[in-house]
Amino acid sequence: MSAATLQPSLRDRLANRGIDTVTLMALPALMFMLALFVYPFAYGVWLSFTPKTGGALANYVRFFTEPFLADTLPRTFWLAAPVTIVNLVVAVPTALRMRLLSRQRLLTTILVLPITLGTVLVAEGLLTYLGPRGWLNRALTMFGVISHPLPLLHNYWGVALSLIITGFPFTFLLTLSYVSGIDPALENAAATLGAGPRRRFWSILFPLLLPGLAITLCLSFVQAFSVFPSAILLGAPAGPTRVISIAAYQAAFEDYDYSMASAIAIVMGLAQLAVVALILTARGLLYRGPAGGGKG
Amino acid sequence: MLRQTSLSSRLWSFGVWTIMALFVLNLIGLIAAVVTSSFATRWLGTWLPAGWTTSWYLSAWSEFQLAQVLTVTFEIVLMVVALSGIIGVPAAYAMARREFPGKRLVMLMFLAPLLVPPITYGIPLATVLYKTGLAGTMSGVVLANLVPTAPFVILVMIPYIEQIDPRIEAAARVFGADTPRLFAHVLLPLLAPGVLAALLLALVRTIAMFELTFLTNGPTTQTLVVALYYAVFAAGVRAVQSIDAMAVIYMAASMIWFLIALRFVNPTQIVARAGKERTR
Repeated sequence: MSAATLQPSLRDRLANRGIDTVTLMALPALMFMLALFVYPFAYGVWLSFTPKTGGALANYVRFFTEPFLADTLPRTFWLAAPVTIVNLVVAVPTALRMRLLSRQRLLTTILVLPITLGTVLVAEGLLTYLGPRGWLNRALTMFGVISHPLPLLHNYWGVALSLIITGFPFTFLLTLSYVSGIDPALENAAATLGAGPRRRFWSILFPLLLPGLAITLCLSFVQAFSVFPSAILLGAPAGPTRVISIAAYQAAFEDYDYSMASAIAIVMGLAQLAVVALILTARGLLYRGPAGGGKG
Repeated sequence: MLRQTSLSSRLWSFGVWTIMALFVLNLIGLIAAVVTSSFATRWLGTWLPAGWTTSWYLSAWSEFQLAQVLTVTFEIVLMVVALSGIIGVPAAYAMARREFPGKRLVMLMFLAPLLVPPITYGIPLATVLYKTGLAGTMSGVVLANLVPTAPFVILVMIPYIEQIDPRIEAAARVFGADTPRLFAHVLLPLLAPGVLAALLLALVRTIAMFELTFLTNGPTTQTLVVALYYAVFAAGVRAVQSIDAMAVIYMAASMIWFLIALRFVNPTQIVARAGKERTR
């Protein structure tokens, strides 16, 4: 017997490490993602450092010094952060309540509707619904809540409301999936030991829910931060709701300055990443144990 | 389950229900407003329109060239769905069945397009597609839409494949089936319901995908949702009712598939998958 036959073939050695024809089936998808997700990102980073005029950092300097561009960052935060927090604060108690519901599927189906229909349709509907003579203002006037129709269109509130309509279901459904993952026996045990509803929430449910809520907060914030069609259709795209995505779009498709557009897109990505990193770092400090009631 | 009878907890419960009811009411209100307006002859400053008509649908159909837009939309959507199935299902199978070096990194790459909002990666992607001359063409729009759709199919399929007993495949192997034959004769029939569900969800998501199509489309590759955006954007040029009629047609085109999908899947899958996956 020669030494060569004692050595396992390359094919066997690869198979031992988990690479065989089955693993190779992931290859087309992998190549695709490399070509159309990773490569464009890398190309965008490179492009952003090769501006039309000036040095490598010219685009970034311009972004942070021109108020017309720099202001988009706080404006987007000012729109996304309150809406995300409102959505989450409302979603937690509603999800805790709705998990007791027997006909949960009907409710979740209704709530998925705005996500399925998309932001453009929601914006289009809100244009009619929120108008000065729309149903909302009429109903509020009829019940005597207001005496004059509220100006809800082409300002901050139109965009904020559209973000609630599409964002709340998203936040709620994610929260619901985390709430359903907590063993009800834990809450029952606390109740047996004499804890009232408030104490059960703050001592049992809330700590178990926090890591999931951190993820929900990240995903909801990132969604709200990238608001685009509704900021144009329902907001004031030249003024208070000129969000960062509008600036990126205009740089690319109105000024044809792809280098600047890439720089803005990267600033947008980094801003999202910064918030996510902040939330996840805080999450790292939290308890992340089992949420089941069995012996651990 | 715990039931509370004290006054404060009843009030709390009432408050929570009221908020939920208000949200659903407003949601139904905004959809109903669109539908009502699309059938209205004249609707100014009253609860309901002065009269009813279906003529706006005819005018919307010709004004917005909906026949062409709908054809293009379904061509694009069907190509995206078919390709995401062809790329995604085998990849999901590999991810579900094999442990290999770098798997976490690959998984991260499939997760990223679902977690990063389309407008963020859409701008660099559109730039690349413009430089290669693909933007504006059918293939460009399809490629852009595949970026979130293929990973979506992968992530929906992984848990579905994981729950299929690997011994069935082992038996097929023992009888001499190679990977392609195993796939065609054993796995595909077993996977069919899961694939169908994943593709239907992908279909619904692609019809509603605005940002990526908007950034990469050209005059001949406008999908319904982008055409709707342009119509609303240029509001004042056309009658409001005509735009609303187009919106109703868009809703119908999307809802048909959504209702079919509901027969097979839990509706929350359209949202919750990405978040759940992340925490594993």
